[in-house]
Amino acid sequence: MIKASETVVDADAAHGGHGDGNATRTVRVRVLRQDVAGGESYWERHEVAYEPNMNVISVLQKIAASAKSQDGRRVAPVAWDCCCLEEVCGSCTMLINGRTRMACSSLVDRLMAEDGEEIELRPMSKFPVVRDLVVDRKRLFGGLEKVKAWVPVEGSYDLGPGPRISPEEQEDAYPLSTCMSCGCCVEACPQYTKVEVVRRDDETEAEFEKRRKAAFNAGFVGPHAVSQAMLFNAHPTGRMIADERMEALTRQGGIQMCGNAQNCVAVCPKSIPLTRSIARAGRAATVWAIKKLFDR
Amino acid sequence: MSQPSVLVIGGGLAGLAATMRLAELGVHVDLVSLVPVKRSHSVCAQGGINSVNALTRQQGDNEWKHLDDTVYGGDFLQHQPPVKEMTDWGPRVIDLMDRLGVPFNRTSEGFRDQRRFGGTLYKRTAFAGATTGQQLLYALDEQVRRREVEGLVKKWEFWDFLAPVLDESGRCRGAVCQDLVTMQFRSFPADAVVLATGGNGLIYGRSTMSMVCTGSAVSRAYQAGAWYGNGEFIQVHPTAIPGTDKLRLMSESARGEGGRVWVPRIPQDPRDPRSIPEADRYYFLEERYPKYGNLVPRDIATREIFDICTNEGLSVEKDRLSVYLDLTHIPRETLDRKLGGILEIYEKFQGVDPRDTPMKIFPAVHYSMGGLWVDYEKSATGGLVEGSLRNQQTNLPGLYAIGECDYQYHGANRLGANSLLSCIFSGLFVAPTLVNVCGRRVGDDTSRLFEAEVRRQEERHRELLSRTSGDENPYALHQELGNLMTRVATVVRRNDQLAPAYDDVCRMAERWKRCAVSDTGSWTNQNVVFTKALGDMFPIAKLILKGALLRDECRGAHFKPAFAMPGLVATEPEARRREAEQWCDAFAANTNKWLKSTIASCGPSGDPVISYQDVDTSLIPPRPRLYGLVGGDAIEEVWKERAAKAVGGKQAVGAGA
Repeated sequence: MIKASETVVDADAAHGGHGDGNATRTVRVRVLRQDVAGGESYWERHEVAYEPNMNVISVLQKIAASAKSQDGRRVAPVAWDCCCLEEVCGSCTMLINGRTRMACSSLVDRLMAEDGEEIELRPMSKFPVVRDLVVDRKRLFGGLEKVKAWVPVEGSYDLGPGPRISPEEQEDAYPLSTCMSCGCCVEACPQYTKVEVVRRDDETEAEFEKRRKAAFNAGFVGPHAVSQAMLFNAHPTGRMIADERMEALTRQGGIQMCGNAQNCVAVCPKSIPLTRSIARAGRAATVWAIKKLFDR
Repeated sequence: MSQPSVLVIGGGLAGLAATMRLAELGVHVDLVSLVPVKRSHSVCAQGGINSVNALTRQQGDNEWKHLDDTVYGGDFLQHQPPVKEMTDWGPRVIDLMDRLGVPFNRTSEGFRDQRRFGGTLYKRTAFAGATTGQQLLYALDEQVRRREVEGLVKKWEFWDFLAPVLDESGRCRGAVCQDLVTMQFRSFPADAVVLATGGNGLIYGRSTMSMVCTGSAVSRAYQAGAWYGNGEFIQVHPTAIPGTDKLRLMSESARGEGGRVWVPRIPQDPRDPRSIPEADRYYFLEERYPKYGNLVPRDIATREIFDICTNEGLSVEKDRLSVYLDLTHIPRETLDRKLGGILEIYEKFQGVDPRDTPMKIFPAVHYSMGGLWVDYEKSATGGLVEGSLRNQQTNLPGLYAIGECDYQYHGANRLGANSLLSCIFSGLFVAPTLVNVCGRRVGDDTSRLFEAEVRRQEERHRELLSRTSGDENPYALHQELGNLMTRVATVVRRNDQLAPAYDDVCRMAERWKRCAVSDTGSWTNQNVVFTKALGDMFPIAKLILKGALLRDECRGAHFKPAFAMPGLVATEPEARRREAEQWCDAFAANTNKWLKSTIASCGPSGDPVISYQDVDTSLIPPRPRLYGLVGGDAIEEVWKERAAKAVGGKQAVGAGA
């Protein structure tokens, strides 16, 4: 049924490449750069050829390929994090025109229509800058450790299926489970402040890790971790260590630090109901405190 | 290295499954990944994961049928014992993931819901919204984090695998990796090294794969002596959203939930697609394949979409190739519940709501069926011997490969929702093997080997950094490679294109040596890391092209029209019967000649040396794939008679004649 194809398909035509019709139009970008961790930051301007339907990733790809600033100087390519380019891996978070968002789903046409011709790119402000737009987000994952965001199974031997779960419970849990640890919520959260711990010369790696972990744990754990705690406290097996999660959430850096600014839910690229999780955690914390009082 | 220790490279589903189980079995794991493991490419898998289940079982399904669908869909190119083991494990794997908290969609009674996927007639696919890969990955990520807290796992995120370290006997004794932040090199001695580094879509420039899927880790193992199997088999997914930076996947589940593929019968009909009446719509998959409809196997759907656009001129747009994938007849509420995640992707990146307007899609490179050659030990019952040192081992002892980067499970074409299964299965299954490897540790000192490899890598790195005046731009060269590979080595392959393309790639590999790096720094230098990965794409690109050039037949994803076997033309019964006989003779002869794994080993200057190995088809004899072929019924009749005779003669092999 399939005939021998004599057609040679140009890869560009097949996959949405466009001709040079827009060659004259350009996109102007201002990037806040920083060469090394702890170094000085500085602004640099770039200009790349416009293409329809392009996103901030394709702008950065073009900057990397040209490695020239707007005034024609040879510069090192801008460093940035990215991976899936379809807003599901959580890598490419940055401040774009002052708003925390994913570079892959930030379309240039929309940015220019909303904010004017020049696009401004800055690294997230709540994490230590590694280089340019790359930041160190280890603390995000530390938050997941702290609240024990996992189902405490005995092991991976075959013990039959998991618990039965109603469609309503699944529909409640699923959105929380799509959290990709991008960090948008903590970037927007006034209570989550930057913690930067620099390794001392006289310190071993293990000592440094320990000191850094303690510093992370002293700060607010963040909306994402609170939400994960609620996700696992709602799971029939996960809730078997609900008390341990509540213990973590009511210690230093816990739910009491939330100032209810509600910025988190407004910036979440996955529209996860973070404030609902926080409200639940708040109520659970109250119950937990009373329970502890009577258990004494 | 005092305690037994395994080095796992890659933290997607396969790497995390192996790590989780190894830690559980008390083995220390160093887990190396280019990105935080939670960001691995497995998150992009959308549709679901296959296994036989209580429901399909009562409709006549069983593990054997899952095996049969998998090898039939794969055009019989995979060894059958590993596939049998995998499909036998299917129900256990899903149950395990369910226990780990994966929010699978539920029936009204609270059981796991299933959907139907391509290449099968059963609803075998369990799913969690339209982000099943993400949900499975997170569940494993969480378990590994738990083991990390316990101290059995040490993660090395933002680290690049550079080379395996082999001793004089050729045994892999660890690896050398590089910190992508500080750019420092480090030795990782280990009792075994496991590559779980996924596919190599970036060789095609834009694909549905993530930016880390360069294939560089596999290429480095290949250049160190590991064999690469079935490289020419690259799955082109029928439905992707065209884009300038990436081709974003539109899951097969869109069709699994009832999505229909069509084009207007009038070429480039200017009307709004919603206003085009049924009579003016050509549902070409449904018309050409009444049995499977929109859910034919991927290779077939891809070729049909390609054919309708390029040969029939029915692309919906003039300057760009695409067809409609239509969901607008399905209630919004159902779409949101079952496909929310993927529809959001379309809406977000195209600015159009697919619940109201048919999507425009076109095929894109999606999955590498080929990969590192790995061994297995067959059991008496036709599956595998659990814990055998040979399972998943490359030809370099001590070096193992699992997940998409091995060649073992999908043959010439992968069925939808089988990859998540093969990744998790191979990760879980390799763990007892590695425990046994650790039990036989080789004690001698290897520090000299590691020092030498670190020096070699430092030298390579320094050489790259010194290239500031070259006249080649690595990003432009990558684009050129991608365009060439997409043009000649995807849906339709022709020798008169493949042969010159091979020479072109050889020239590009030479030109790569003149690539200038624009960043000479020693801190988070993404420029030099990319240039290095690009250099490692050429050996793999070459083996893909050479394998495709040499394989003069059509099999699964490898479609060479010059060697296609056309359907029957005669209508008169006797003549038709004769034609069917001839067709079967030709098929048997072709099976005899080409039902073989392509094995590439890396020769000097990265050119592949190709050889062929027989395929173990001892469980299910090969038979023609007749999806939609004209005269398929007559051919099937003849084939069945012959097969019955062959079984009578104790020899149930299709390649007799």
